[in-house]
Amino acid sequence: MRRDKTPPWVLVALLLAGIAAPFLFPAYILQIAILWIMVMFAVTWDIMGGQMGYNSLGNITFFGVGMYITGLVQVGLFTDIGPYTSARGGEQLVLNHADYFYGLLLGLAAASVGCAILAVLIGQTMFGLRGAYFAIGTLGIALSARELFGTWEWVGGGSGIALPVYPGYPDEKSQIFYWLCFVLAILAFMFVRWLYSTRFGLAINAIRDDEDKAEAMGIHTNRHKSFAWSVSAFFLGISGGLFGNMTGFVEPAEVAFPVVTFGIFMVAMSLLGGKGTLWGPVIGAVLFHVVKETTWTYFLGWQWIALGVIIIVNVVFFQQGIMGWLIMKFPERFGIAVDRSGSRDGGAQ
Amino acid sequence: MTVKSIEVRGVSKAYGGVIANREISLEVEEGSITGLIGPNGSGKTTLFNSIVGYHPIDEGEILFEGQPIQKLKVQKIARLGLLRTFQQTRIYSKMNCVDNMLISIPHRTAGWRDMLTPYSADDLDRAKNLLEFVGLYEKRNLISGELSFGQQKLLEFAMALMNRPKVLLLDEPTAGINPTLINGLIDRLLLANSEFGITLFVIEHNMRVIMNLAEKVYCLAHGELLAAGPPNEIQNDQRVIDAYLGAH
Repeated sequence: MRRDKTPPWVLVALLLAGIAAPFLFPAYILQIAILWIMVMFAVTWDIMGGQMGYNSLGNITFFGVGMYITGLVQVGLFTDIGPYTSARGGEQLVLNHADYFYGLLLGLAAASVGCAILAVLIGQTMFGLRGAYFAIGTLGIALSARELFGTWEWVGGGSGIALPVYPGYPDEKSQIFYWLCFVLAILAFMFVRWLYSTRFGLAINAIRDDEDKAEAMGIHTNRHKSFAWSVSAFFLGISGGLFGNMTGFVEPAEVAFPVVTFGIFMVAMSLLGGKGTLWGPVIGAVLFHVVKETTWTYFLGWQWIALGVIIIVNVVFFQQGIMGWLIMKFPERFGIAVDRSGSRDGGAQ
Repeated sequence: MTVKSIEVRGVSKAYGGVIANREISLEVEEGSITGLIGPNGSGKTTLFNSIVGYHPIDEGEILFEGQPIQKLKVQKIARLGLLRTFQQTRIYSKMNCVDNMLISIPHRTAGWRDMLTPYSADDLDRAKNLLEFVGLYEKRNLISGELSFGQQKLLEFAMALMNRPKVLLLDEPTAGINPTLINGLIDRLLLANSEFGITLFVIEHNMRVIMNLAEKVYCLAHGELLAAGPPNEIQNDQRVIDAYLGAH
């Protein structure tokens, strides 16, 4: 059983850092909020990609769909969606505090459940594909979702939907959404950490290592695959809802379904930190995001090249990622060692 | 009357134009050790694959404890307690030995809730005992893919026992194993049969092994059932000798 043996002080330190961050660096509050979303992206991608061996390039679908569901609930509760969107952003809902948060929370709840159900449904068509075919198939799902929403006039088509205006000062909005993103990332991490300590954790590892064997041993493979993806989708749906509200505007190509940015980042971050490990995606996300923001700020124009170099070096020379490298270098520290204490009963063999 | 564990009735299976099994009928009695021999390419593994539901059969009927199973899927059949090991050993190569064992607990009654519970202390204890049984206890925390081939084979056998099967289909359990380890493996197979009450159906090329193990042996050649009987009879059967030496 792979119960996480991280000392509690690490978790507490991380928690405190997350709580202190907006007070220490108030100017970067949105960047740090997005960092938490990135951590959540990587951690949830790794459930399928790392632990189960199903490399999905389409997880961003749930981010986008979650964003739309949240937005539609927020708008639909107070006005007719069709006329609202056909005004092409010419109007924007102004609500009071109570209505705003009622709509937001209901929207996020609908997004999480809706995306989890969607993952189960899409899974039934996708889980027959293995290896690279699954990656290509899921990429297709993400791209078609983007096209679908882009041509669906009722939800605003290519020009999107304006979300209700936050009823307060912008600083207050940043604070609120920072805490929501922070709590979401912590919840996702703790949930996944618990999940890997149950039978489910080993079962998806078994599917990764040899799915035919897992079937021959009677494991309910489809059940595990569906559950794995719906857990990812659940959290991704909420993150989409939050991100859409932080932007204030939902539009298919750049905001809701950023297939080649966020969609690829979640894979790159997990690989960088070490896929198939609990902490790898977290480390990878932090490192990747810091490098990205730094190059964006100080080497503008070179940022894509810097990210490209990281991905290439990672994939060509350093496939196991940071955590994978540590496990390879110090196996004993991770409990991978011969036990020379003799046989079970203590007797010599 | 003896109880039949597996009954194969007139099973045929062709891959395109190649007929791998032609109207094969055989029986495996409950509690017995039954052998299946035959030259390379005679259809032994195909028959195993048909029994465990790995592919649909063209004709015939397969019964497990009197119940037809030829339409069931691999996982369903495994959960009935009819398990197979692979000729090319298959283990979960990136997991350690204990995890390989734990994931192999029976899934017969597993519901949605069981998925989210941890393993019990009993499961862990049984895993360790069985690793001890096959001599892998000291290596239990090693990544299984890094074990030697013979050890992987032993691990696969232990995993099969962990699943508490009623019937175990073993595809060449001694192939690639060091001759000195083979005796130990034969003992363990016999123990699995006598102590754990598991019915064994074994594909084996090593005549010495099959003679020591099986009570009844079936011989396949060119996809057809050639002979059946106690091992010493089969060993001296002229048709079997011809099949192995290529007189056909």
